[in-house]
Amino acid sequence: MAEFEPVTGRYCTLDIEGRRCRIYIEEAGSGVPLLCLHTAGADSRQFRHLMTDPAVIDRFRVIAFDMPFHGKSNPWAGFQDEEYRLTTGFYTAAVLAVADALELERPAVMGCSMGGRLVLHLAGSHPERFRAVIGLEAADHQQPWYDTEWLHRPDVHGGEVAAALVSGLVAPQSPDEFRWETLWAYQCSGPGVFKGDLHFYRRDSDFRDRIHMIDTTRCPVFLLTGEYDFSCTPTDTLRTAKDIPGVEAEVMEELGHFPMSENPARFRTYILPVLDKVARL
Amino acid sequence: MEHLADVVNGDGGLVHRGRHVDLEWLWQVDAVPYHVRIQHGLVVELVRGPVLMRSHRFAVRGPADSWERFWAPMPRPGFHDLFAMMKTGRASIDGDLQPLMANLRYFKEVLAAPRRLADGHHG
Repeated sequence: MAEFEPVTGRYCTLDIEGRRCRIYIEEAGSGVPLLCLHTAGADSRQFRHLMTDPAVIDRFRVIAFDMPFHGKSNPWAGFQDEEYRLTTGFYTAAVLAVADALELERPAVMGCSMGGRLVLHLAGSHPERFRAVIGLEAADHQQPWYDTEWLHRPDVHGGEVAAALVSGLVAPQSPDEFRWETLWAYQCSGPGVFKGDLHFYRRDSDFRDRIHMIDTTRCPVFLLTGEYDFSCTPTDTLRTAKDIPGVEAEVMEELGHFPMSENPARFRTYILPVLDKVARL
Repeated sequence: MEHLADVVNGDGGLVHRGRHVDLEWLWQVDAVPYHVRIQHGLVVELVRGPVLMRSHRFAVRGPADSWERFWAPMPRPGFHDLFAMMKTGRASIDGDLQPLMANLRYFKEVLAAPRRLADGHHG
């Protein structure tokens, strides 16, 4: 008899800003709901290690979903005639729609990279909905490091170039198996999807003028950033943390931009103490 | 640098990934340009410049200090990737970037190939 993981997946169709979206949702464990948001151009598989860690799922109901256009969540009807561009409004509505669909009561929300940017918005705009936010590789904004036009053009393979670009964001210490599993998600990404996500990340979601909205007594904020992340650098995160009274921020050694998927064993040494605090809230 | 062809051409997987690459590019270390000719993923010629009026499709440039740190067996943050070094002004690229971007994994692995010598995995 094969040994099955404790992860189960379901689909539901949700109305998000007037779009009918069939969303794929995975979950494992029971306890405090912990909603996980994947990085740009990837999908919920990034959280698979967290979903099989007894130290996590014994206390948390870990939930991750694929945003439309990502993983097993198809694009909405009519996508073929549009340029995909993720906005702060749509992304926020998607997270709230999933939380409502699952009837989650004040979940904690953890997002990485673009997900990490969004959790700052959620803490600022919807503190009553979330017991805490955890931003991985999160900052109020950061400097671009390449031209996103290279991600979607006919003479460059979008998946290959996306993976080759973000490969440098993985720490050199991360095991090859998990480095390449992380990059595989980028190699699989649909045409223009990573670029469309970066519209949110680089242009639409600048949080500098909204950072004062966060009140950590209403919604605690935890920030964790890998030392090898040169996209959202430790400096970006610590600068952001300086403007959020009560925030807890830490730089993770020997980790990069994808801590939960590139080196799960190392990441858990940083995330478990944070989850201990979240469980006590 | 002198061993670049040995390291690249001795890696069948890397050569396979570069099988569609057929061009000359320039790798500059401090003020010294190296003209690197690639055919079907193989390094077929490496000429230490400068060579008057020799053209190239694109160039990757940086001070020797950047490349030495980049080639360390376990590079420090900021020196572990070409784009990390570009973001902080420690390296640059110019020219026709299409063949570089279309074969980015290949070229990043060629740039990192000397790290294997430092690592003792080769030669």
